[in-house]
Amino acid sequence: MKKKLTTVEFHGTPEQEAALRAVIKKHAGEKGAMMPILQEAQGIYGYLPIEVQRIISLETGVSMEEIFGIASFYSQFKLNPDGKYAIAVCLGTACYVKGSGEVIEEISKQLNVPVGSTSSDGKYSVEATRCLGACGLAPVMTVNGEVYGSLKKSDVATILAKYV
Amino acid sequence: MAKTSLYDTTFCKTQQRLALRNCGVIDPENIDEYIAMDGYRALGKVLTEMTPDQVIDTILASGLRGRGGAGFPTGMKWKFASGNRGNVQKYVCCNADEGDPGAFMDRSVLEGDPHAVVEAMAIAGYAIGADQGYIYVRAEYPIAVKRLEIAIDQAKKYGLLGKDIFGTGFNFDLSIRLGAGAFVCGEETALMTSIEGKRGEPRPRPPFPAVKGLFEKPTILNNVETYANIPQIILNGAEWFSSIGTEKSKGTKVFALGGKITNTGLVEVPMGTSLRHIIEDIGGGIPNGKKFKAAQTGGPSGGCIPAEHLDTPIDYDNLLAIGSMMGSGGLIVMDEDNCMVDIARFFLDFTVDESCGKCTPCRVGTKRLLEILDKIISGNGEMEDLDKLEELANYIKSASLCGLGQTAPNPVLSTLRYFRDEYIAHIVDKKCPAGVCKKLIRYEIDPEKCIGCGMCAKKCPASTIQKTDYTAPGHKLPSMKIEQANCVKCGACMDTCKFGAISKH
Repeated sequence: MKKKLTTVEFHGTPEQEAALRAVIKKHAGEKGAMMPILQEAQGIYGYLPIEVQRIISLETGVSMEEIFGIASFYSQFKLNPDGKYAIAVCLGTACYVKGSGEVIEEISKQLNVPVGSTSSDGKYSVEATRCLGACGLAPVMTVNGEVYGSLKKSDVATILAKYV
Repeated sequence: MAKTSLYDTTFCKTQQRLALRNCGVIDPENIDEYIAMDGYRALGKVLTEMTPDQVIDTILASGLRGRGGAGFPTGMKWKFASGNRGNVQKYVCCNADEGDPGAFMDRSVLEGDPHAVVEAMAIAGYAIGADQGYIYVRAEYPIAVKRLEIAIDQAKKYGLLGKDIFGTGFNFDLSIRLGAGAFVCGEETALMTSIEGKRGEPRPRPPFPAVKGLFEKPTILNNVETYANIPQIILNGAEWFSSIGTEKSKGTKVFALGGKITNTGLVEVPMGTSLRHIIEDIGGGIPNGKKFKAAQTGGPSGGCIPAEHLDTPIDYDNLLAIGSMMGSGGLIVMDEDNCMVDIARFFLDFTVDESCGKCTPCRVGTKRLLEILDKIISGNGEMEDLDKLEELANYIKSASLCGLGQTAPNPVLSTLRYFRDEYIAHIVDKKCPAGVCKKLIRYEIDPEKCIGCGMCAKKCPASTIQKTDYTAPGHKLPSMKIEQANCVKCGACMDTCKFGAISKH
């Protein structure tokens, strides 16, 4: 599975960092502790940005290369936080033929967020999904689960204006 | 009128519950209820009455084979790891990383009878001389994780785990490790690499885990369902267990029955039961009067079994002989509406996504297989593609590093073996007989039945349905027609039509 590095600025709080350091301390000296540490770190931050991986690396003495290798291997570990507004555009066949490719391109262009990543302010994430099973409404997109159907490229600006 | 109990139904009556005996019967969060069902008596028996070698001999004599898929004799595994007891650190692991889509028997055991696994692992620890165990369980099973945690805590409080168990000087401790969503971690060496906190990639064998396993120490790894059988074998004896099942496969097997079947759910039957009995009697047959086409066992590593083999008694060896495998016990029934080429593609898509990428035959080979299947289902296949599929599949099987790659081509090979006519229909006639493969089907409107209401045209996402100039006798409006060139085959028109005028070909 391909994973992309995040462009979202890291906003970890001192409380989160203290919690993370406590987790690392708890697992100190334990064999094979890296998976539990990463799992608990993701529980604290919601994802595993490089900054968090760096703290873990410095504290445990395990190289960044190895930690990143683990974080990118398992599908459960997220390198990107979900945006405040999670946008998913259906790229199933029916939607695609009706121009959802154009729609997702337009969204990506207007928000300046590459498909499959999150905007640098953490507000929007843009994702291409498989068929949502709403072919009668094609092309379809969802924003935080809310469904918009029969989209045209020209609708994008109006819909995005609702989510600011 | 006599009341019929649930246990009198055909679904329950012909099942024999060993691994699942406590599931749904006891409160899994209460150790006393497990103890009331003879729980931890087997552990007491081995610690106070048996030598470690006697335990291994009992498991060997019982004929128990691994329930995770490959069916390796459990006692042999234990024996290989039993040397040098007390002088080296050893580990006992439990594979609870049930990754097969559609299989959930391990989850049921962990959620319904977690103490059985805890007890069996302690018995295994005593047999091989290990004092530490790890249960590797999927993070997607939160209830199973919680109940395991409770079970381990309770067992520690009762002195059934920890130091000096039953006052015999035997020490054994258990830890839970969570998976993180990687199918390959069901493979034993990959699972151990993952417990070590690394990328879950497999490593070459030998050295086998019994020699060099977790943290490079001798290790045994068994599946949840395998462990669930152990305490009863100790209590009832090897002879009792080996009296159930077939000559080479002893005991029972749990199947997760699903797909196009009336009764879905977990089914535990003696080895040697025929597929027909499971599907027709216990499963209640195929709903909606449809015809049986195939039963898929073994998930992405297994194969599809056609109607002609329904009477085969199921055990490890018979399933291998007919091109499938036991696997963890997923049993998906398919009817005439399923396209076997599409099913093969579905599983390949899964293995391509889950291949860890370490070895080339699996990483590149499965991808190439998928590309050929894509070519066939899009109507561009040529007859020589079938030979290419077979040749490549056999290379992948023989050259891949681990079980994932070695079995990944099975869905393709077994469908080629039994449903070659469907492949040929896709290639030569450019047709999908089951009407599944979108590029090969067409929707058509019968002008005699169409009343021209236009509902289909309104629903059509591609705006490809237009009025014709033909009005059928007795109708007021001209009938509609689908422009095939732009049709996206979504089927919305057929679902909308109230007059049955639209059909799929």
